[in-house]
Order: sequence, then C-alpha cells, then structure tokens
Amino acid sequence: MSEPLIEIKDLRVEFNVREGIVKAVDGFNLTINRGETVGVIGESGCGKSVTARAILNMVPKPGKVTSGEILYYRRSKENPSDGQSRTTDVLDLTKLDPDGETIRQVRGGEIGMIFQEPMSSLTPVYSVGTLINEAVSLHRLSPVKRVGAQITETIQTHRRVTKAEGRQIAIEMLRKVGIPKPNERVDSYPHQLSGGQRQRVMIAIALSCEPVMLIADEPTTALDVSIEAQILDIMRELQESSDMAILFITHNLGVVANMAHEIVVMYMGKAVERAKVQDLFYQPQHPYTRSLLQSIPKLGQKKSGERLASIAGSVPDPFHLPPGCVFHPRCPAFMPGRCDTITPQWTQVGDDHWASCLLYEEAGK
Amino acid sequence: MLNYIVRRLVYAVILLVLISFVSFVIINLPPGDFLTQKIEQLRARGDRSAESRVEDYRVRYGLDKPFMTRYATWVVNFAQGDFGESFEYERPVKELLGERVTFTIVLALATLIVVWALAIPLGVYSAVKQYSLGDQIITSISFIGIGMPGFLLALLILYYAVTVLNIEATGLFSQQYVEAPWSWGRVIDLLNHLWIPAIISAITGIGGLTRIMRGNLLDTLGQPFVEAARARGLANRAVIWKHAVRIAINPLIVILGSEALPGILGGGGLVSIVLNLPTITPLFVDSLKKLDMYMAGTCIVLFSLLLLVGNLLSDLALAWVDPRIRLE
Repeated sequence: MSEPLIEIKDLRVEFNVREGIVKAVDGFNLTINRGETVGVIGESGCGKSVTARAILNMVPKPGKVTSGEILYYRRSKENPSDGQSRTTDVLDLTKLDPDGETIRQVRGGEIGMIFQEPMSSLTPVYSVGTLINEAVSLHRLSPVKRVGAQITETIQTHRRVTKAEGRQIAIEMLRKVGIPKPNERVDSYPHQLSGGQRQRVMIAIALSCEPVMLIADEPTTALDVSIEAQILDIMRELQESSDMAILFITHNLGVVANMAHEIVVMYMGKAVERAKVQDLFYQPQHPYTRSLLQSIPKLGQKKSGERLASIAGSVPDPFHLPPGCVFHPRCPAFMPGRCDTITPQWTQVGDDHWASCLLYEEAGK
Repeated sequence: MLNYIVRRLVYAVILLVLISFVSFVIINLPPGDFLTQKIEQLRARGDRSAESRVEDYRVRYGLDKPFMTRYATWVVNFAQGDFGESFEYERPVKELLGERVTFTIVLALATLIVVWALAIPLGVYSAVKQYSLGDQIITSISFIGIGMPGFLLALLILYYAVTVLNIEATGLFSQQYVEAPWSWGRVIDLLNHLWIPAIISAITGIGGLTRIMRGNLLDTLGQPFVEAARARGLANRAVIWKHAVRIAINPLIVILGSEALPGILGGGGLVSIVLNLPTITPLFVDSLKKLDMYMAGTCIVLFSLLLLVGNLLSDLALAWVDPRIRLE
C-alpha cells in the first residue's frame, strides 16, 4: 500500500524581487504515497501553496525552482484492465518544459488541483459543462470495442471522448459531487452558482479525468463552515471510491485533523515536523507545532479573563531571516548560543515522527 | 430581448429629437444668420447688387419664418430623408454629404481594421511578456502615439513627404485624377495617398488601444481562473487566448461601439483638415463657421445617430459574449 507517488527532495523555490531574494521554499522534503492523504499546515506565506504549484511545475513569476527535485512515479494509464503491462516511470516534474506535452498531461490528467477561491476559479464566460468538457477532452480516453477480423475477442483501443460523451461525463460528475439537477446545472454559468457549488464544480472538473492525486489548496477557506463540512465529506467519499492521493493544504488545524493520515508542519519554507495525525495532535514535538496547537481555543477550558494563547512575536522579514533555526526568535524553548547559530537537522523523534529542532538533536547525540 | 431592443430604439429616437433641437438652438445662438454674413462679405467686395436680392433669399431659405416653424419644417423633412439645402453651396445637404461619405467610410474602415488588427496582438504580447524588451518598445511607441496630437504628426509627415520623398501628400487624389472617372490608375493613386492618413490615424489610435488591452489582460492574467485553467493541463496558448484574452477583451467591445463607430464619420477631423481630405469633418467645421445651419445640423444628427446605434450594438454584442450581462 505504501508505494510512493510523489517524492519531494530538498526543494528550494526562490522569488527574485526588487527588494532581494525570498526563499519561499527552503529545502523541503515530502513523500506522498498512493491513496494517502497528506496535510500540510502552516501560516500564510510559509510556502505551502508554492510547493503545491511546484508539483505542477507552475510556480508563478518571478518564482523559480532553484534546486531539488520532485519525483513522480508515473504508472502508465493505458490498458488499466490487463494489469500485467503496467509500467512505472520516474519523472522529475521540476525538469520538465513548463508548457510541454508531458507536464500538460500530468496537470489535470494525473494530478488535479482545486483552489482557495471558488468564486473566481471558474472562467466566467463558459458554462460548467463546457469547462468540464474542456478538461475531459484533453485527458480522458474512451475505450472502443472492436471485433477483430480473425479473432472473436474484443480488442480495446482508446480515442478522445466526443463532445456528447464529455457532456455525459460532466453530468455524471456533477451528480457525484452532489449538485442538484445536474442535467440543468451543466448549462449554468459560474455566476449562477453559489460559492459552495462552485467549489463542487471545481472538484468535479479536477476529478473528471480520474487523477491519481488531488492537490487541494485551502479548498474551504472561502466557504461557510457548514458548506466546508459538506465539501470535506465529498472529498473523502470520492477518495475512498477511487484510491486517489490527496495533498491537503490548509491553515485550519481542525480541517486537517479530519482529512489527513499524515501531517507536515511548515514554517518559513521549511518542514519543521512530520507525523501521523494522532501523534501530531497528541504528542507534538516541535515548539512551533505546540504553539500552534495551544492557540486553538478550547471550549470550557478557558478561565474568565484569560487571554487566548498566541505565538509570541511575528513572522520574520523574509529578506532577513534569522540565523540558525528560523523559529528561534519566537520559540519558548529557545537555547541561547545554540538555536541562533546552528541550523537544525531533520531528526527522528518517534515512530514515523520527525522534527527539525535542536532539542532532539542534543538528545540524539 | 426584442422588448429591450425596441425600448432602446424608442429612447434613441427621443434622444435624437432632443439633440437635434438643442443643436438647432445652439447653431442659432450667434447673432445674425448666414445671409447677414454673406452680405458683409459682398459689401466688403463692393458688390451692392446682392442687397436687393437678400429678401428673396430670406424667403427662399425660410429665414423669415419664426424659429419653431423652421425647426419643425426641418425635422419633418429630415425624417423623410430631405436634409435641407446648404446655403453655402446652394445644393442639397444630402448630395454634398453623399459625395464625401464614401471616402470617409473607406478611410475610417481602413484605419479601424489596421488599428484593431495591430493593437490587440500588440497589447496581448505586451502583457504576456511584461517588462521584456518587446514590451518596453511597444510601451514607448504607444505613449508617443497617445501623447502626440494627430494634426502635429500629420504636419511632420507632410513636411517629410514634400521635402524628402518629394511627393504630394495632401488630398486623396493627385491633380489629374480628382475629377477623372474610376480607373485602375485612379485606384492606385488613391492607395498612394491613403497610406498617409491611415498611418497617422493608426499611430494615434493604436497607442491607446494597446495600452488598454495590455492593462486589461494583465489584470485578467492574475485571476485565479487563469491559473486554474493552466492547472487543468491547457497549453499556454489556449490559457491565454481562450481564458484570459476572452475575458480581457470585453471592455474593448464597448470602445468599439461608443468610440470607433461614431469615429468613422467624425474622427480624425484635424488630420483631415491638415491633409485636405474630402471627409465630412472639414465640411462640418466650415458649416459651423458660416452658420450654414442645415448642413451643420445634419452632421450633428448623423454623428449622434451613429453614437446611439454604436452604443446599442456594443451593448448587444457584450450581452452576447458575456453571459453575466443580462439585458433588462
């Protein structure tokens, strides 16, 4: 089961702007296995979204992947029925031509993505059906049954889906994501739908090509809490029925606890802790993770007049990162002389539980 | 939809009547009329015989009748296709304009096509390759085009044509072809003259349109739906043209209707005067100066009519290309 799908190795993404260079992602590692959900959490600007875009090789200008690799273990999609001839290629997504044929097949066809802003993520002049059809006609092939002249068994070949088939797929997908009256809604324009419905449509587009992975970049941030729960339910249901991996990016700890098997905590472009969801919430090791968890208000435990816990200080200026561990100016467990000079390394702190903190490097020595 | 169009047409008619009335009033505001000016001129030349004929003229042109009567007569005739008679040329306005309308439209359409065919690709290039060398060059030239008045450019080109190229650059035809019937030589002669006004109008027109296209597209390229389209696996070209330009171009449709269409008759007035082109504008300006009121009034009403029709057409076109717009 734990067969890797995506391996991000020492990824670095820099934005070269007038004021200097911003290291948006700074030596980030992550492995996503097939069919698994990985949650990435962190504050705004910590590099979560940039990492997601790097996977699809579409880091926005003036950003650039400066080093590292993103390996994609690509199974051939052809002939999924015969089982035996499935081959797995390893592709480094960062090395592909950003407008080339290969990455365009991966985008949408093999790795789908949904975005933070459902209100403006659908091109306003096209109907829902047209948008789904556009994706489907790019990526999805339809089996053709053909009876051979000599042999009686059917040979399967593939061709692009036709417009009518695409429309049927669109209706079917809309039904799957829980849009009422999909037969009518398929001709609706984005402005005729609510925010929650638009996010459902985004999911329908992303899943219409049967991807092996879905990147969800804060998919519920812009939605009401009740709608959020519905969207998360849909994503979970569809994942169960399709063995699809999900990279779930959010700053909402509650959401990620519900969705992910494994969680990576990011701070200033670096992964600071990684663990199974239970371990992370019950035994957080990195001081940053602990502070994050403490800042969640808990019902009934608050004494009157007590202030909500927050992380001291503020996010450092990205042009002047502190030396040593980037979290040290805000860290409650700051060790003078060590944390501000030594860059912490990735250390195992438990069973499948890793952190990047000098507290544990010391213990390991 | 049909309901909407009918309603807009009714408004347009009402508006046209109001415009015609106001312009009629304004043309009448200066003291005296065409005849008093004419007599002044004749008197200056020492010709006294005209004074005796003045009353005949006054009756012939209806200038002796009260203002409202004159207006009513003109409007009623106008609606029947009779635009009145030009005092200056002593010929029907319809004939005078008719001669020039063809050239005006040929010239304006030629410019319009050149401007749009160049400005949109240039604007798209400029936005997609923002801050590249190509963008910098296009931007610089655009600003020169916007900043330089057309008549100044016309004078410069005229000077260049006469001194360096040693060709006659004014008018639409050379001397020998002006009155000649249509022939192959006349067409070539026309094309030889047409490029100068076309270039001038193009340079001044392209600049603004390129900048608008560039700005709109830059705004659109930053929209999440563009990124979403790319994440769906569309090729860069398809993302830009089908998802970004398709949205960014909508405001230009309004410009096409409200500026370009009326501009067909009225545009490039100063350039036409400098280059002595037989378009409508020089005639219009002249008629205002000489209080040739039926000529002036007809021009104003025609310009207004084109503006109203242009606005209606652009609204319909916009509703057709953008499903968010509903005509109610």
